[in-house]
Amino acid sequence: MSIATRGFRGRRREPGDRLPPGQTKVSRWPVLSAGPTPDVDTDTFDFVIRDENDTEHHWNWEQLLAVGVEDITVDIHCVTHWSKLDMPWRGVSLDKLFENVDTKYDYVMAESYGGYTANIPLKDLRDGQAWIAIEAEGAPLTPEHGGPARLLVPHLYFWKSAKWIRGLTMMPTNEPGFWEQYGYNLHGDPWKEQRYW
Amino acid sequence: MTNRLDGNVLAGALANLFVQDATELQARCTKCGEIAPIAAAMVYPDAPGLIARCRSCNHVLAAIVEAGDKTYLSLSGLSGIAVPS
Amino acid sequence: MSTRAALPPRAHHRPAWHVATVLETRAETPNAVRLILDVPTWPGNEAGTHLDVRLTAPDGYQATRSFSVASSEPGRVVLGIDEVPDGEVSPFLVRDVRAGDKLEIHGPLGSYFLWRPGQSDRPVQLIAGGSGVVPLYAMAATHAAASDPSPFRLTYSVRTPEHVFFRDELAALAGPSFTIDYIYTRQAPPDWGGTVGRLTRESLVGTTIAPHERPRIFVCGSTGFAESVAAWLLELGHSPRDILTERYGGL
Repeated sequence: MSIATRGFRGRRREPGDRLPPGQTKVSRWPVLSAGPTPDVDTDTFDFVIRDENDTEHHWNWEQLLAVGVEDITVDIHCVTHWSKLDMPWRGVSLDKLFENVDTKYDYVMAESYGGYTANIPLKDLRDGQAWIAIEAEGAPLTPEHGGPARLLVPHLYFWKSAKWIRGLTMMPTNEPGFWEQYGYNLHGDPWKEQRYW
Repeated sequence: MTNRLDGNVLAGALANLFVQDATELQARCTKCGEIAPIAAAMVYPDAPGLIARCRSCNHVLAAIVEAGDKTYLSLSGLSGIAVPS
Repeated sequence: MSTRAALPPRAHHRPAWHVATVLETRAETPNAVRLILDVPTWPGNEAGTHLDVRLTAPDGYQATRSFSVASSEPGRVVLGIDEVPDGEVSPFLVRDVRAGDKLEIHGPLGSYFLWRPGQSDRPVQLIAGGSGVVPLYAMAATHAAASDPSPFRLTYSVRTPEHVFFRDELAALAGPSFTIDYIYTRQAPPDWGGTVGRLTRESLVGTTIAPHERPRIFVCGSTGFAESVAAWLLELGHSPRDILTERYGGL
């Protein structure tokens, strides 16, 4: 049983329908990480989408950019209760990257340089909902924020937007990724407050 | 630089779950076999949970997620913990 | 052959949640306060231990952070709290907490980064960066209170003389078995004969117990400080088993 601490409010709250339940708007961008920052060089960068037939689609850094980088403005919501609104990003739409991917599987495991993983239903990555992001707030993504490239899926809690993205592997069932194994929700919709198991 | 602390910062969280301070207990990493006190792990606290990694091979030894009315504990990276009887 | 007094029984105080009442808060450095807490249920603690402070907002939101304990007696807890810029808990503890406020604390915690009197003749080297001196000060105070004969040295890296924690208490402890060397990184006292600048491996050589004397070493400060110092100590020839660190986070 906890007693309320006189005068403590935590981070300042701001009400509004732009914020999912339990979220607070922040202006800075906190760095959260479960391990050391991987050192990923664009010279050796390789992004791969793997389907159930073991077919692999690869893009090196130049090839990724050549697919077409677009400007987007999105809100992001971290499960640790902070949200950043109207954030400008630049990235390559997953719709374009999936154009030649033939798969019957419904789920994807996002895999990062350094070993981090996050599971996401494929339908959450299509139809203009996801990107491989390379810039945020007008500058190339710094390593601590997932640079040179990270997955960006703003409509789900931000732990799903895997930093230092290495590849996407199709899976037939919704296997848990890193945080999902340790207590976090398999889906992670902030508007339904799907934080934990 | 990613913020990191020593495993002895886990003492409070683990004290809620164990009878005595667990951070002095020897434990074995499932990946590299290194045996060391839990206090010697490398802890990454700036994340949606406390992640403790093996100091030798960086394998995740333990994860503690505080979820309001419950705490999720994983010791999946430890093959065993030596608890004095 | 010298006789030694019977070793004190190993004090193991089980950690528990306590309600602490703030007796006093006072400025310790330009960015830090000394918090003196009245905690009737506090069993006392060993030197080097820490506790968790948990703050609860009216809507139930909680934030918990760890702080080293400067004191050791039962019933009372003394903390030295540095304000972390943009932090969630330390700015509240430094700026908003008043005498009479109640705080929830969990402890005493930690059984790894500890020094106990009467257990070893080996010399002890303490190396502190800023607020990292808090658990090391606790060790020096316990060393003096127990009249423990082992040689103690403290190398204390700090920005300016105003940034020294427990300045008067440390000065009172200095003596034949406890030597303090200050490293001023930005500004030194007017009568300072030495240099001003960051701690380096070379200044460590000049102020710390040499490896051949096999000191037990306790390093505490920001993560950047603790890791740099630990790396230098290994380069100087100390064994990794002799070095214990407590990182406070940050660079």
